[in-house]
Amino acid sequence: MDNNILLKIDEITKFFGEHKVLNKASLTVEKGEIVVVLGPSGCGKSTLLRCINGLEDIQGGSISLDGNVITQKDTRWTEIRQKIGMVFQSYDLFPHMTVLQNILLAPLRVQHRKKQDIKEDALKLLERVGLLDKKASYPSELSGGQRQRVAIVRALIMNPEIMLFDEVTAALDPEMVHEVLDVMLDLAKAGMTMVIVTHEMQFAKAIADKIVFMDNGEIVEISKPDIFFNNPQTERSQRFLNKFNYTEKR
Amino acid sequence: MDNMGLGIIFEGNNLLRLLGGLWITIKISFISVFVSIFLGIILGMIMTVNSRIIRVITKIYLEFMRITPQLVLLFVIYFGATKVFGIDIDGQTSAFIVFILWGTAEMGDLVRGAILSIPKHQFESGTALALKKHQVYLYIIIPQTIRRLIPQAINLTTRMIKTTSLIVMIGVVEVLKVGQQIIEANRYTAPDAALWIYGVIFFLYFIVCYPISKAATILEKKWASN
Ligand SMILES: Nc1ncnc2c1ncn2[C@@H]1O[C@H](COP(=O)(O)OP(=O)(O)O)[C@@H](O)[C@H]1O
Ligand SMILES: [Mg+2]
Repeated sequence: MDNNILLKIDEITKFFGEHKVLNKASLTVEKGEIVVVLGPSGCGKSTLLRCINGLEDIQGGSISLDGNVITQKDTRWTEIRQKIGMVFQSYDLFPHMTVLQNILLAPLRVQHRKKQDIKEDALKLLERVGLLDKKASYPSELSGGQRQRVAIVRALIMNPEIMLFDEVTAALDPEMVHEVLDVMLDLAKAGMTMVIVTHEMQFAKAIADKIVFMDNGEIVEISKPDIFFNNPQTERSQRFLNKFNYTEKR
Repeated sequence: MDNMGLGIIFEGNNLLRLLGGLWITIKISFISVFVSIFLGIILGMIMTVNSRIIRVITKIYLEFMRITPQLVLLFVIYFGATKVFGIDIDGQTSAFIVFILWGTAEMGDLVRGAILSIPKHQFESGTALALKKHQVYLYIIIPQTIRRLIPQAINLTTRMIKTTSLIVMIGVVEVLKVGQQIIEANRYTAPDAALWIYGVIFFLYFIVCYPISKAATILEKKWASN
């Protein structure tokens, strides 16, 4: 049972200066599990994800991946980060490289894989997200939704054990949200372990194995989606959901 | 009578002398630009360091170089150094010193701006892809910085070429000075020489600077989209 746990976040605390942004947050993610993190803006969702791949350091607690603590001074982040794919909210493709060059950069320079092999992989992945014909395009020639799909491919080609998604559809025009969410649903079906921060409630309900609700730097509730959405266990989650339904209806 | 002024240009070795003067202009500006680019890149990277003291010092240097007219700087170095330190610096050396000090300041500021204009998430996506810090710089940050920089650096180059005309004032015989000498020598035989000579000098500056600024525009257009 325990060796099924891929990621274990144990009471982590994070400060930005005096400001405590994460307060003893704990969460475990099993292999193949899909965890959706919800919560009001500014509650620390992005920071939680960024701590997992070492973009932020923590001031208390620990994080383990595959049973190894990765929040130590001598953590070899180059190795760890290959196992953790991350896609951000901002369109973060490298603007001076084509789609294919964007995808091949890390496997070539970090993993030192053979160009021929990874190119084949890249083309397969591009086909899977419906962007094979864009392989020679520059990011400026793509729509927001297309860029995010390329960003997903760029992370996937490293063969990560877990994918982190930080509001990847939040900056998209509404008509493009679906093409990105569909790719994530497809990954879920293929058994990828994922931690997803999103404001798309329907999507969260559909994809999540478990919902994590955060507020003010704390993890307030962890529930199965049907419980969370129909019968939230804390007053704070209830208030959050009420507000959301209200804004969604408008 | 009509063509006297124009004729002066082709008289004797006048045209050759003008081109010789132009060569001095080009030599001083290109060497200054080259050294300034090199030192400016280093200065610019230093300017992005997160230290108050360094920021303040570099800012004072930059502002000082911008506020002071280049002519004043030339006088300070050429005449001042001789008086105060008793070192005898010739005109060309003074010109190099002033243009490199000025060019490095301007170039440093361009480099600083270019580095800071790269969004933070470009660093972060590279890092998240497991690239090491030097790889993030090598493959992601520096190529984008250079693209932003080259058009501006070229504009700075043409500005420096034009500003070298000031070194006449400290006795360097460059293209403008040669022109003046020719005009002087023919004051009585061809009173309208000034117009023609300055016209030719204008044309010489133009053929040096125009291709350079044209290149800047083309690169800017080419890279604007990606
Ligand atoms: N680099 C930073 N420096 C200082 N404060 C930060 C920084 N990043 C985030 N914060 C603060 O930390 C809190 C949590 O931010 P974030 O994790 O981005 O929230 P969320 O993703 O849930 O909207 C916010 O109050 C935010 O202002
Ligand atoms: Mg966020």
